[in-house]
Amino acid sequence: MDLSAINPVLLIASLMVAATPLLLAAIGELVVEKSGVLNLGVEGMMITGAIAGFAVAVESGSPLLGFVAAAIAGAALSVLFAILTQFAQANQVASGLSLTLFGLGLSALLGQSYVGVKPPQMGDIHIPVLSDLPVVGPILFGHDIILYFGIVLTAAVWWVLKYSRIGLVLRAVGENHDAAHALGYKVLKIRLMAIMFGGACAGLGGAYISLIRVPQWTEGMTAGIGWIALALVVFASWKPWRALLGAYLFGGVTVVQLNLQAAGVAIPVEYLAMSPYLITIIVLVILSADKSSAPASLGRNFHASR
Amino acid sequence: MKLTKLLTSAAMALGLAAGAAMADTTKVGFVYVGPVGDGGWTYEHDQGRKAVEAEFGDQVETVYVENVAEGPDAERVMTQMALEGADLIFTTSFGYMDPTINVAKKFPNVKFEHATGYKRADNVSTYSARFYEGRAVQGTIAGHMTESNVVGYIGSYPIPEVVRGINSAYLHAKKVNPDVQFKIVWAFTWFDPAKEADAAKVLIEQGADVILQHTDSTAPQAAAQAAGNVITFGQASDMAEYGPKPRVSSIIDDWAPYYIARTKAVIDGNWESVDTWDGIGAGMVGIGEISDAVPADVKEAALAIKASIADGSYHPFTGPVKKQDGSDWLAEGETADDGTLAGMNFYVEGLEGDIPQ
Repeated sequence: MDLSAINPVLLIASLMVAATPLLLAAIGELVVEKSGVLNLGVEGMMITGAIAGFAVAVESGSPLLGFVAAAIAGAALSVLFAILTQFAQANQVASGLSLTLFGLGLSALLGQSYVGVKPPQMGDIHIPVLSDLPVVGPILFGHDIILYFGIVLTAAVWWVLKYSRIGLVLRAVGENHDAAHALGYKVLKIRLMAIMFGGACAGLGGAYISLIRVPQWTEGMTAGIGWIALALVVFASWKPWRALLGAYLFGGVTVVQLNLQAAGVAIPVEYLAMSPYLITIIVLVILSADKSSAPASLGRNFHASR
Repeated sequence: MKLTKLLTSAAMALGLAAGAAMADTTKVGFVYVGPVGDGGWTYEHDQGRKAVEAEFGDQVETVYVENVAEGPDAERVMTQMALEGADLIFTTSFGYMDPTINVAKKFPNVKFEHATGYKRADNVSTYSARFYEGRAVQGTIAGHMTESNVVGYIGSYPIPEVVRGINSAYLHAKKVNPDVQFKIVWAFTWFDPAKEADAAKVLIEQGADVILQHTDSTAPQAAAQAAGNVITFGQASDMAEYGPKPRVSSIIDDWAPYYIARTKAVIDGNWESVDTWDGIGAGMVGIGEISDAVPADVKEAALAIKASIADGSYHPFTGPVKKQDGSDWLAEGETADDGTLAGMNFYVEGLEGDIPQ
C-alpha cells in the first residue's frame, strides 16, 4: 500500500472532470421533470450529442463549435420525444426508452467514419498567477471552459427556478398542469421548451465525454451515464445544488476507487462499487426531514380538453 | 376480413418461399459483448464474421447481436438465434459460458462455439487464443521502455485469462528490467471508454509511463496521448491510428481462419466438438508492427521472443518461477501445462496486491 502515490489535488481535479457530463445531463433532466415531464431518453440524447459534437469539432477544427452542435443535436432529438408525448399524447416512459434506443442506433450510424479519429484539443483555461497557485490552482483555475459552464448553469437553473417568473410558471405547470392551464399559461409550449433545454444539456454532457473526458469517438461510449443522471435527479430531490453535490459524489467514487486500487489499497472493489448506493441511502435518510417531493404532474400527459 | 385473410396468406406464402430459399444456406450467428465499432475485441470478431461471408458468399447467412450483457440476456439472445434457424452460433465472451451450455442443451442440433471458456458439450466447442504469448512480447518492450519503472495495467475482470496476461507481461518485463513494478487497476468492465480513460489517467498520475490494458476500447491510448510521454499497446485490434506513439505495438486477434474453418465443417457436415487454443505460431495471435518510437535493439529483442514462441522453442511460462507467496511453481527449465494456465488464479512472485475474489 502506498497512499502517498495519490495526489489529492490531481484527484479532486480529475473527479471534477468525471462529474461534469453527469452534472450537465442531470441539470437538464431536472428542468424537464420540474415541468412535469419524465424523459427517460437522456442516454440516447447524450450519445447523439457525443457524436454530433465530435463530428462537428473534427470537421470544423473547433471544439467550441462542436459543443454548440451537440446542444443543437440533443435538443433536436428531444423534439421528437416532445412531439410524441406532448402532441400525440404517447406514453412518456415508452417514448423515453425508445428515444434512448433510437439515439444509440443513430449515433452508431453517424459515427462509422469517425472511429479512431482524433478530435481537436480543447485547451484548459490558463489564468496567469491564479492557475499556478499550488493546490487551489489545478482545482479551481485549471480546467476547460465547459466544466465551469456546468457549474454556472447549475447556479443559473437554481436562480431561475427559485426567483424568476418563468421559473415559477414552469414549476406551476409541473405541479398542476390543469390549474396552470386555467390561469392561461401555455402548458404544452412551456413543456416543449423545457424538453428542448433538457435535450441540449444532455447533448453537451455527451460531447464532454467524446471531446474532453475520453477524448475520441467509440460506439456506446456514454456507457450508462445517462441512466445515472436520471437517478441523480431523484437523489437530488429536484434541487440543482444537490445535483451538483451528487454528481461530484458519484463521479468522485469512481475516481477514488481507481486511485486506491492503483495505490495498492486492499479494500475489496465490491465495497467501492456499492458505495454510491450506500451514499445515496445515507443522504436520503438525512434529507428525509425535507418534505419536498417529485412534481405532482410528473409523467402525466396534458390535454387541454380534459 | 377479406383483406386480413389475403394478407395472412400472402405472408404465409412469403414465409414458405423464404424458408425454401433458406434451406441450403448455412446460418451462422454471432453474439458480441460490445459494439462492433469498439475498435478492439468485438471489432475483430466482426472482421472474422465478414471474412466468413466473403469466403462462402451465398452459401451462408450471418447474423449478429452486439452489446449483449453477460447473463440472462445472453441466454435470451442465443435462444432467439437458435429459434430463428441458426446452424452455428459463436458466443464471443467468457461470461457467455454458462448461458451457452444451457441453450446448447435445449438445441442439440445447433452447433455452438464459445470463446475463451472451458465448458464443453457434444454440440459446444471452445476456442481461445494464447494471448499470453503476445503479452510476453509486449512485456519485453514495456520493460525496456519504461523510465519510471512503473508499468500500469488495466485489467477487466479477475478471470484466469486476464491474470495469465498480467503474469506473462510482468515476467518478461522483469527479465529485461529487474526494477520494474506493476500497478494493476481492475475496471470490472470489458468496455466503458470513460472508465478506461479514467483508469489510464490515474495510473499515469501515479507515475506509470507504460500502460498495458486488457479492456476493449482505445480510450487508454487517447489518455496516454494527452499525457504526452506515455506508451501503450493496441489490444485485440491493431489500433494503428494511435501510432507511432503512444501505441508502439499491439496484440491482434485474428479469428477469421478459425471461423471459416468451423463454418466449412458445418457446411460439410463433419463438425465435431473440439477445444482449440492457438497462439502466435498458428497465427491466431498477431503482433502489430512495432513502431519507430521503439529503439532498434528493443525491437530486435521483442521480435526474437516472438520468433522463438512461434517456432515452439520457447514457452512464456518457463521456470524457475515462484508464486506470489514465495512457494515454488515451475522448476528450472520446466514449462507450465495448459491445465494450470487455463485455471490460473495466482500472481507470480514480485507482483504486488491481491487478485479480487
